Amino acid sequence: MKKVQDFKVLGYRRLNKDNYILTLIGEEDIPRIWPGNFAEIKVPDSPDVFLRRPISVLDADYEKKTISFYIKAVGKGTLKLGRLSVGQKVNIVYPLGNHFVVGQQQKVLIVGGGSGIAPFISLGRELKSRNIDTTFLIGARTKEDVFLTGEFARYGRVELTTEDGSMGEKGLVTDHKVFSGTFDFDKVYTCGPDPMMKAVAKIAGAKGVDCEASLENMMACGIGACLCCVSPTKEGNKLVCAEGPVFNTKDLLW
Amino acid sequence: MVDLKVDIGGLELKNPVTTASGTFGFGEEFTDFVDLGLLGGIFVKGLTLKHREGNHYPRMAETASGMLNAVGLQNKGIDYFIDTIYPRIKTFDTEIFPNINGSVVEDYIKVAEKVNDIDGINALELNISCPNVKEGGMAFGVSCPSAVAVTEAVRNVFDGLLIVKLSPNVTDITEIAKGVEGAGADAVSLVNTFLGMAVDAQSRKPVLSTITGGLSGPAIKPIALRMVWQVYNAVKIPVLGIGGIMNATDAIEFMLAGSTAIQIGTANFIDPQVSMKVIDGIEDYCHENNISAIGDLVGAMEV
Ligand SMILES: Cc1cc2nc3c(=O)[nH]c(=O)nc-3n(C[C@H](O)[C@H](O)[C@H](O)COP(=O)(O)OP(=O)(O)OC[C@H]3O[C@@H](n4cnc5c(N)ncnc54)[C@H](O)[C@@H]3O)c2cc1C
Ligand SMILES: Cc1cc2nc3c(=O)[nH]c(=O)nc-3n(C[C@H](O)[C@H](O)[C@H](O)COP(=O)(O)O)c2cc1C
Ligand code: FES
Repeated sequence: MKKVQDFKVLGYRRLNKDNYILTLIGEEDIPRIWPGNFAEIKVPDSPDVFLRRPISVLDADYEKKTISFYIKAVGKGTLKLGRLSVGQKVNIVYPLGNHFVVGQQQKVLIVGGGSGIAPFISLGRELKSRNIDTTFLIGARTKEDVFLTGEFARYGRVELTTEDGSMGEKGLVTDHKVFSGTFDFDKVYTCGPDPMMKAVAKIAGAKGVDCEASLENMMACGIGACLCCVSPTKEGNKLVCAEGPVFNTKDLLW
Repeated sequence: MVDLKVDIGGLELKNPVTTASGTFGFGEEFTDFVDLGLLGGIFVKGLTLKHREGNHYPRMAETASGMLNAVGLQNKGIDYFIDTIYPRIKTFDTEIFPNINGSVVEDYIKVAEKVNDIDGINALELNISCPNVKEGGMAFGVSCPSAVAVTEAVRNVFDGLLIVKLSPNVTDITEIAKGVEGAGADAVSLVNTFLGMAVDAQSRKPVLSTITGGLSGPAIKPIALRMVWQVYNAVKIPVLGIGGIMNATDAIEFMLAGSTAIQIGTANFIDPQVSMKVIDGIEDYCHENNISAIGDLVGAMEV
C-alpha cells in the first residue's frame, strides 16, 4: 500500500562532493519495499522546487523505521536534499512503481552506473538470500565516483570499470571482460544512464539472456495519474512511474 | 453542522470539492491516499472517440510555481472507458464526470452519445480547451462560433448536465461563456491550462516535444480567479473554478469570486491527499465564520 508520510532527517553519509546517502526516520511502520521501488520526495523549504523528486529507495530498516536514499546532486532539488538539518521534516510518497523480478536464476549480472546503483543493494541482498550467484559490474568516470562497493561485496563479486582507468578496468561497462568469452549469466539487471542500459540490453539480447532495466524519466505525480512519464514500448506508451520503472528490455523499443 | 452540499445546475454534489480532469486519473490511482466517497466528484482523464497514444516524451516541464504539460489526451478511447474502466469505478460513492474531447464536431457528438447511454452518469464535461492536440481541442474554445457550434451539437445528444470547460487563451472569456450558455450549457468550468513554453538554455532546445504546452499550478491562480469573477458576473449558470488551487483558502477564494464548486488539479501531484484537506479546511472555515450553508460563499466577495 502506498502512503504519504512525514519523516525526519536522521543523518547523512557523504560519499564525495556531490554524492550522499540521506537517511530518514519515521514513527509509522514502513510498508514492504521491493528492490526497484522508489519514493517521491517533497524537497522541504524550497518554494522553487515545485514538484516532488523521484528517488529510488536505497534501503529500509523496518525495525528502526528508517529509510535511506543514495542521491547525486545534479540540480536544485537534489542539492537542497543534501543540505537539510538533522531532525528536519521530509515528506515522502512511497513505495512507488514496480520492482525487479527475481525468479529461478542461478547466476545473475547486475550492471549499474551513476546514481543507478541505488536499487542494487536491496536487490543484491534478495539474491543472496536465495543463494543466487551475483556479479556486480559498476561503471564510473573516475575512482572518485565509485561508491558502495563494500556493500555490494557482501552480496556478490564486484567488478569495476572507470573511464580514466583509475580503478578497475579502463573503459565503459560494456568493454568489461565479463561480456567477452563465456557469458554464462541467466539474467541481467541494469540501472543507470540510458546509453549504458541500451548497450547492456543489446548485449544481453544478443546472448539470449533476459534483461531488466530501470528507467529514470521525468515525473510529475509518480503514481500514474498525470501520464507525463511515458516510455514507448512494443505495446504503446507505458507509464514509467506505475508500469515501471523496471521494464524487461525485450518490451522496449531499444 | 455545516451544509456543504452544492447544486451545479440541477445536480447536487455532497460538497464543492472535485478533482480536475487529467490530474486524478480515473480515481483508482488515489485509493491508497483518499477516501473517494468523500469527494464532491471526480472529473476523469480526457476521453476521445478512438484510442490516442498522446504526444512524445518529454511531456512535462517544471516551472516557477507550476508546470507545463503536453500529454496530448493519451487515453484508450470511450469504448474502453465504458467497457473496462467505468464498471470498476462506478462503485465509488461520488459523482463521476467524463471529460470529452474531439478533433471534429462529429467526434464530440459520437462520444457524447455514448456517454449519454452510460447508466449512472449524470453529467459530462465538454473540453473545448485542450492546448496539446494538433486538431480540434482548444481550437473550438478560442472562437465563439465554434464553441457555440460544438456545445449545441453535444446539447442535442446529451440529456444530462452539460458542463463546458473554457479555455483561458482568449481575449474575452465572458464572450465565450455567454455563447455556450446560450447554446445550452448547464454550467461552465474554467480554466483549462494556459499555453506556455519552456526552453533549455544548455541544449538550446525546447523542453517539451511539442515545443508549447499547458501551464497549470499556483502560477496561474490570479488569472484564473479574475476569469472566474468575470464569467460569474456575465452568465447565470454555475461556474466551476479551476486553476492553481493548493489548499482550502485557495478554494474559498474561488468560491467568493463566484465558483459554485471547484476542481483541484496539479496540487494532486504535490500532495495526493490535498482534496481531503481542502474539504476539511472549507468546513473549518465555515465553522469559524458562522456559515451554515456553503452556498452562501458563492460570489460573496464584497466589492
Ligand atoms: C524512478 C526514478 C528513480 C531515481 N532514483 C534516483 C536515485 O536513487 N538517486 C538519484 O540521485 N537520482 C535518482 N533519480 C533521478 C532524480 O529524480 C533526478 O536527478 C532529480 O529529479 C533531479 O532533480 P533536481 O531538482 O536536482 O534537478 P533539476 O534542477 O530539476 O534538473 C537538473 C538536471 O537534471 C535533469 N533531471 C531532472 N529530473 C530528472 C530525472 N527524473 N531523471 C533524469 N534527469 C533528470 C534535468 O533535465 C536537468 O538537466 C531517479 C529518477 C527516477 C525517475
Ligand atoms: C498533466 C495534466 C493533464 C491534463 N489533462 C486534461 C484533460 O485531459 N482534460 C482537461 O479538460 N483538462 C486537463 N488538464 C487541465 C486541468 O484539468 C486543469 O484545468 C488545469 O490543470 C488547471 O488547474 P490546476 O492549476 O489546478 O492544475 C490537465 C492538466 C494537467 C496538469
Ligand atoms: S509521473 Fe505521473 S503518470 Fe508517471
